[in-house]
Amino acid sequence: MFGRLLTPFRQTTGMARWILLTGLLITLAYVVLALFAPWIAPFDFNQRSVDGVKFDKLSAPSGTHWFGVNDQFYDVLSRCIWGARTGLHVVTLSVVFSLVVGVPLGVISGFIGGWLDRVLVFVMDALYAFPSLLLAIVFAFLLRGPLGGGVMAAALSLTVIYIPQYYRVVRNTTVSAREATYVEAARAIGAKNGTIMRRYLFGNVIQSVPVIGTLNAADAMGTLAALGFLGLGIQPNEAAEWGYDLSRALDDPSGVWWTGLYPGMAIVLLITGLTLIGEGLNETINPTLRKRRLRKVVLPPQDVATAMVEENR
Amino acid sequence: MSEALEETLHETTPPTPNVVEARDLRVWYGTDRGPVRAVDGVSFDIRPGEILGLVGESGCGKSTLGRGLLGLLPDGAKMDGQLRFEGEDLLALSKRELFSRRGSQLGMIFQEPLTRLNPLMRISEHFRETLRTHNKGMDKAEIDRQALEMLRQMGIPPTRYRSYPHEFSGGMRQRIMIGLALVLKPPFVVADEPTTALDVLVEAQIIRILHDLRQNFDTSLLLITHNLGIIAEACDRVAVMYAGRIVEIGEARTVFATPQHPYTRELLRSTISLSTTGLNFIPGSPPDLVEPPSGCHFHPRCPDAMAICATRAPVDRVHAGGTRAECWAADRAEGLLDDLPEADLAPLKQEEISVADEA
Amino acid sequence: MASASGSLPRYIVQRVLMIIPMVWVLITMVFILLRVAPGDPVSAAVGDKLSDEALDARRATLGLDRPILTQYFDYLGSVARFDFGKTISDNQPITDVIKNNGGATLSLTVGAILIALVVGIPLGLLAGRRRDTGTDAVIRVFGIVSYAAPVFWVGLMLRHLVAPTGWPTYEIASPITKFEIEPVTHILIVDTLLAGNTTAFLDVLQHHVMPCVVLGLLLAGVLIRLVRVNVLQTLQDDYVEAARARGIPERYVVRRHAFRNALVPVITVIGLQIALTLGGAVLTEATFSWPGLGGKLIEYLIARDYAGVQGIITFFAIFVVLISLLVDIINALVDPRVRY
Repeated sequence: MFGRLLTPFRQTTGMARWILLTGLLITLAYVVLALFAPWIAPFDFNQRSVDGVKFDKLSAPSGTHWFGVNDQFYDVLSRCIWGARTGLHVVTLSVVFSLVVGVPLGVISGFIGGWLDRVLVFVMDALYAFPSLLLAIVFAFLLRGPLGGGVMAAALSLTVIYIPQYYRVVRNTTVSAREATYVEAARAIGAKNGTIMRRYLFGNVIQSVPVIGTLNAADAMGTLAALGFLGLGIQPNEAAEWGYDLSRALDDPSGVWWTGLYPGMAIVLLITGLTLIGEGLNETINPTLRKRRLRKVVLPPQDVATAMVEENR
Repeated sequence: MSEALEETLHETTPPTPNVVEARDLRVWYGTDRGPVRAVDGVSFDIRPGEILGLVGESGCGKSTLGRGLLGLLPDGAKMDGQLRFEGEDLLALSKRELFSRRGSQLGMIFQEPLTRLNPLMRISEHFRETLRTHNKGMDKAEIDRQALEMLRQMGIPPTRYRSYPHEFSGGMRQRIMIGLALVLKPPFVVADEPTTALDVLVEAQIIRILHDLRQNFDTSLLLITHNLGIIAEACDRVAVMYAGRIVEIGEARTVFATPQHPYTRELLRSTISLSTTGLNFIPGSPPDLVEPPSGCHFHPRCPDAMAICATRAPVDRVHAGGTRAECWAADRAEGLLDDLPEADLAPLKQEEISVADEA
Repeated sequence: MASASGSLPRYIVQRVLMIIPMVWVLITMVFILLRVAPGDPVSAAVGDKLSDEALDARRATLGLDRPILTQYFDYLGSVARFDFGKTISDNQPITDVIKNNGGATLSLTVGAILIALVVGIPLGLLAGRRRDTGTDAVIRVFGIVSYAAPVFWVGLMLRHLVAPTGWPTYEIASPITKFEIEPVTHILIVDTLLAGNTTAFLDVLQHHVMPCVVLGLLLAGVLIRLVRVNVLQTLQDDYVEAARARGIPERYVVRRHAFRNALVPVITVIGLQIALTLGGAVLTEATFSWPGLGGKLIEYLIARDYAGVQGIITFFAIFVVLISLLVDIINALVDPRVRY
């Protein structure tokens, strides 16, 4: 089965492959930064001084502070690296939560149908139509109180936005797969509902999830940064968060460009990397968009063809 | 193609110039496994006003041949050989020159009429676009007049002229497509399975229209289909295609009455009528076009196969009755193989084909 | 149009009837969410400013001392009358807030959409036409990066770049303009035209450039991707091949068949992006201190003013739904296949 999964990859033209590879490389770099932040970053994310000597507030990039210092006395480079950890942490959590809730709901809803299905579709469509940022804002606003300003609150605020997406795709695939002849055949030989869902539908449905997952992760990263920018994200002394740093950079005097440039670039690169993976996957997996690699064909001259036949005598 | 055969061809052909002359046409596609020989050395002629049927199983290359004649092959396909249209070599033309001939000299009727019309354009706009491309200066009134006249002949009322494609039934859409193909009065039209997507009654109407093309428009038609009944009804001559080659070609009546090639014979036997009591079929499945069977491509499935069929490709010959076919068994029946060793003429040991290759 | 035009009103009514339940679900969700939070809205907003009796009095005026179901139905009723309640922090009717600040958000959004169309559509068409070439790659990367880059970062960077030139990067207009122009429609740029004041008009226009470009680029990124995919698919459609078979030259085939058909869903696409646009507008307003509804929303968020947040979000929800209805209607008019 693994071989069969890989055939689309081998068949694509250079473009889709490049996209996928570039995206993977970028994201991998961030994962490395996130995992090894304590060792890679020169300073801690809320470190203001070294040996009792405070950092130079708003100082330009220099030998000690490659990316400069921001207006809260933090080293910008360190905040960027630690930010990778926070960002990936929150986004992974939220994607996992959304999957865990959205996918089973979609399968059950699509398979069983009836009023449960109709109600869920309705609610999910309404949620889906609503501006995702505003939903996240509302949830972050609410969860602030009970959960404080930490990673979990941020992750949960994001979860709600993406549940409808998984639900929708999974449900629609389930509904169309449910009517497929192989499911009918399975029923004819007496397979139970649970078995059908598990064995036949799950595999089909699972196919579209990676594409959506990566694109959601990209979106979640952007929304997290937006929340941080609006002050609804993670507190600066709990973890480093790029969006928050950007909100501080907004009020910095003009001429101080390093406090905004680097955290922003960190966001852009990561989201781009994740999106590239998603788009690359999409081109590879989606057969209509996939462009088969064309081999050049050279027609041998006519005589050769007949000569070959003569040989067989 | 041998010179002797070429001569014979010209002897049997009347002196009026052929509309289409194809010699040793090949269309090969490139794939991962190697080149697919969709059309592998095909030769035929089409006279003015004649309907040539091209019949064969799915995957034998007939659609590719049809498209190749118009230059509508997808990227990655290469065509060579000789293709003369009204004396001119089509393969030597530049893309732009070929383009200008399409529509006005070479027409095409496709299989699924539903998707072949732009859903956002009215029928009138389709006609205007076609006519204006080839007659730059024509004014609107003249365009509409010609279009409406064509539609009238196709049986579409003029009140529907400004309707959209989705407002017509499948049969009407196909008639519109035929009208669009004919409105410029091209001398040659390829119809690629024009009725496969339609029901039987509509099919009869469409076939009648195609059959009457000759009287009404003096158009030559290459009618591609897998349905022998249509061939019998509408075609003057028929070409039977297998694995990229034409195995038999001749007057339709003659071919149906006395088929020379075993494949043709088996095809005719497998048609169903009210008197059918048992199902006849040809065992096995169409051959792999990347590595076709050696010698005669049909030998693994042929009931008359001999040893020589697996080693040497049969020679294209004109047989009694005027049909041209390439088959060792047919040659033997006419006494042409008497000087070959017994071993070559022994029946071929064929592998048991119990399950279709595709399964 | 070809189809019976008499049933268009019926179609609209059908769609409206379908919209109402959706709006109701959204409003209920917002209501529940904001009531679910612990503590009560009033003390959260102004708890430290007023005495206990004053707080109780406030709660009574806002109806917060009544059972929650009553509050809910009251709320539904007032929304139906387009009364979105009053803010807690400054006791303003939210309808007034919407009236005064909605215009700025509207002009920002419209400007951004225009820029997105002008930039996004041609680039998308070009990329689809030249699939897998260098041009395609560059355009696609541009599209992805435009969408990935947060509006507040792009705005900030542009601000740094532009600061030396003195181009305005804050607010919607200079103080003089704001003082001079009479709010008639409450859309400042329109009001300057109505007042016939060219300097003021140019001033407002100038202030619009940066925020609209920033938000527009974000939308353009999305648009490029969607248009490109559409073009790829229409180029493979059967009628395109059939047109080629009739000898229609390639450039006409591409333009009149592929591009035209690829763009038909663009209207729907824009409509679907309205949600994204609103979110982006909120952030853009924060970046440029733009006096729109987004800015107000943030104000109320910071002040923990539940009523304000609820009111504005409800309004946004209704707005989004109305736009999608409008999009459906336009789609029905433009695409002859939609039968009504």
